[in-house]
Amino acid sequence: MPKPIQSIERAAAILRLLSGPTRRLSLVELTGELGLPKGTVYGMLRTLVQVGFVEQDPDSGKYRIGATLLHLGSSYLDGNELRTRALNWSDWLAARSRESVRIGTMHEGHVLVVHHVFRPDDSPQALEVGTLLPAHACAMGKVLLAQNPYVVTELSKTQLARITSATITDPYQLSAELEEVRERGWAAEIEELIVGEASCAAPIRDRRGVSVGAIAVSGAVERVCEKGQPRAELVSYVREGARTISRDLGAIPW
Amino acid sequence: MSEQYVAAIDQGTASSRCLVFDQQGRIVSVGQKEHAQIFPRPGWVEHDPEEIWRNVLYVVKTALDKAGLASGDLVALGIANQRETTLLWDRHTGKPLHNAISWQDTRTDNLVRELGGNVGQDRFRDRCGLPLATYFSGPKVSWLLEHIPDLRRRAEAGDVLFGTMDSWLIWKLTGLHVTDVTNASRTMLMNLKTLDWDDELLSAMGVPRQVLPQIRASSQVYGEASGLLRGVPVAAALGDQQAALFGQTCFSVGEGKCTYGTGSFLLMNTGPQARPSTHGLLTTIGYRIADQPATYALEGSIAVTGALVQWLRDKVGLIASAPEVETLARTVDDNGGIYFVPAFSGLFAPHWRSDARGVIAGLTGYVTKGHIARAILEATAWQTREVVDAMNVDSGVELTTLKADGGMTANNLLMQFLADVLGVPVVRPLVAETVSLGAAYAAGLAVGFWPNVESLRANWHKAAEWLPNKAARDREKGYRKWKKAVSRTLDWVDDDD
Repeated sequence: MPKPIQSIERAAAILRLLSGPTRRLSLVELTGELGLPKGTVYGMLRTLVQVGFVEQDPDSGKYRIGATLLHLGSSYLDGNELRTRALNWSDWLAARSRESVRIGTMHEGHVLVVHHVFRPDDSPQALEVGTLLPAHACAMGKVLLAQNPYVVTELSKTQLARITSATITDPYQLSAELEEVRERGWAAEIEELIVGEASCAAPIRDRRGVSVGAIAVSGAVERVCEKGQPRAELVSYVREGARTISRDLGAIPW
Repeated sequence: MSEQYVAAIDQGTASSRCLVFDQQGRIVSVGQKEHAQIFPRPGWVEHDPEEIWRNVLYVVKTALDKAGLASGDLVALGIANQRETTLLWDRHTGKPLHNAISWQDTRTDNLVRELGGNVGQDRFRDRCGLPLATYFSGPKVSWLLEHIPDLRRRAEAGDVLFGTMDSWLIWKLTGLHVTDVTNASRTMLMNLKTLDWDDELLSAMGVPRQVLPQIRASSQVYGEASGLLRGVPVAAALGDQQAALFGQTCFSVGEGKCTYGTGSFLLMNTGPQARPSTHGLLTTIGYRIADQPATYALEGSIAVTGALVQWLRDKVGLIASAPEVETLARTVDDNGGIYFVPAFSGLFAPHWRSDARGVIAGLTGYVTKGHIARAILEATAWQTREVVDAMNVDSGVELTTLKADGGMTANNLLMQFLADVLGVPVVRPLVAETVSLGAAYAAGLAVGFWPNVESLRANWHKAAEWLPNKAARDREKGYRKWKKAVSRTLDWVDDDD
């Protein structure tokens, strides 16, 4: 058997300590517990903070387990399962809104479309299941990004691709919008992905309250929007659809 | 005036449901409750009719409460029901005389063989459109009258009433003893041409005419409900698969649908004439609207489709949930050369071979669990192809589009493969709940909530479409291999098994 990798063992030890009864530990405390040089421990903590597994409290400077690690391993729901369980209510949403409906999950920094219901007007449309969408340029992506601060940090380091002239490419502007999305519980996207189209989306949560996907209504901007915002009626349908599917997945009703 | 709604009760094999629809045919709310499956002996399957009635009341109340509605907001109630499940009850007390015998129950196995005599299972096909099989109600009634003490005498004295689940519910709701023509067409007791009970069939099965309900149209006001739904017109009843045909608005000759569940049912509208089948399909009634002529249908049923995925989950344990079969199947690009024929209890339409048992053909050391998952999904598509081929010949009309519904339409890989092997587009309607929708449509039509069937067509919308994307040569090679695999299943059961 190959030898264990020392740095991974040490990182695991840090995470164990942080998930112990104290929950919050300073650099000095961690160094003492581990019996390692301060510089080594500091270097590891910096990396763990970068990947989102550890967070540093801005006031006390102490370290704690990061949200990403909490979500990791608990938020996965098979996309095929999500589609099956959301089938009835995504149909309901398309019938109510008279627009097309998509359900997406996060996949390697993109939004993977796992379900697509046609706009119910019998116009020719092609099934988009399996398509990857740029997360920063669609409403589902914004909803999913808003749940996960680590991904935002990551995105800010990469170039946000300009898809249309309305696409948000400034990481600070995106961060500010995601903050708002988190607050109000839904996201909008207006001509940021396709010129002439707009969408709004809300999170689908499982029984732990973790977002496992997002559901969106999209259509021509003149139908979806009113005074530069998605129509209130559409937003309420999307949120109601998301809530009902979440309830079916066992989320506590809210 | 406030908005009005139609309610549909879907009394199914596993559960009872109530769905409320608005005038655009959109679901407003759903109530659902499962009932117990009772297995008194191997091969016997029963339901408690009192439990079913309690559950129906519960789901109606749940659906109304969820939508904040009262019975006064409903313009009509329609019923769709599990077909052929058989019940006898006391005319005077209204109490059931035994548990309902499920369509799945095989206790009439010997009886149907005896009834075939030296002619075989097609002895009554000319009259009723059905082969002799354990599913149908007539032989079940016959069995009950023979095996429950004193029942035959009481039946002949007029103290006993027979009904399928539609009749039972209408009786409980309105006190009337009626059934609809689609449910009656599954008893083996109704003459397909006269649409009335057939004296020769009654005497062959020893069923006295006085136990039978009056046969009515599928869409017609039977009477008003009392109790929880006081004053609501009970205005439709259809067997569940016929209800799905109605809900998919297959109102023209040659239009058909397939409902994918545990088993799957393909029905095609064949117009005002009964089309006899020479390829192992059933001739049945599609629906009848008020006093218009009845519309006939051909039916091909596939016993094992979703059930094969459940088998993979529950008996083999390769997947934790049914939808995961798609995830597993997508780990590979093709079936690795294997074909899975799930003839678990013989081959049904169009082969009808009870001596067959399942096979996985073409196994090599290369095959992985992903290939098995793929072959399991493909089995549903190939079985559909066989039934569609039979239907094209028997109906004289080519199916040009398959309207699919039911739970398995959530499986994209299957739906794409289905389009590939049929060589025609497969479409899913916006409301996948076609059984309930069909019952609601038929009821709403009867009370004028919808003016005509054309207005119902306008409510039908395509939610998804899968186009064939496979070369004809590959398709036919696959079909050839499938047929070879099917031939490997035959003659497996021996006399001493």
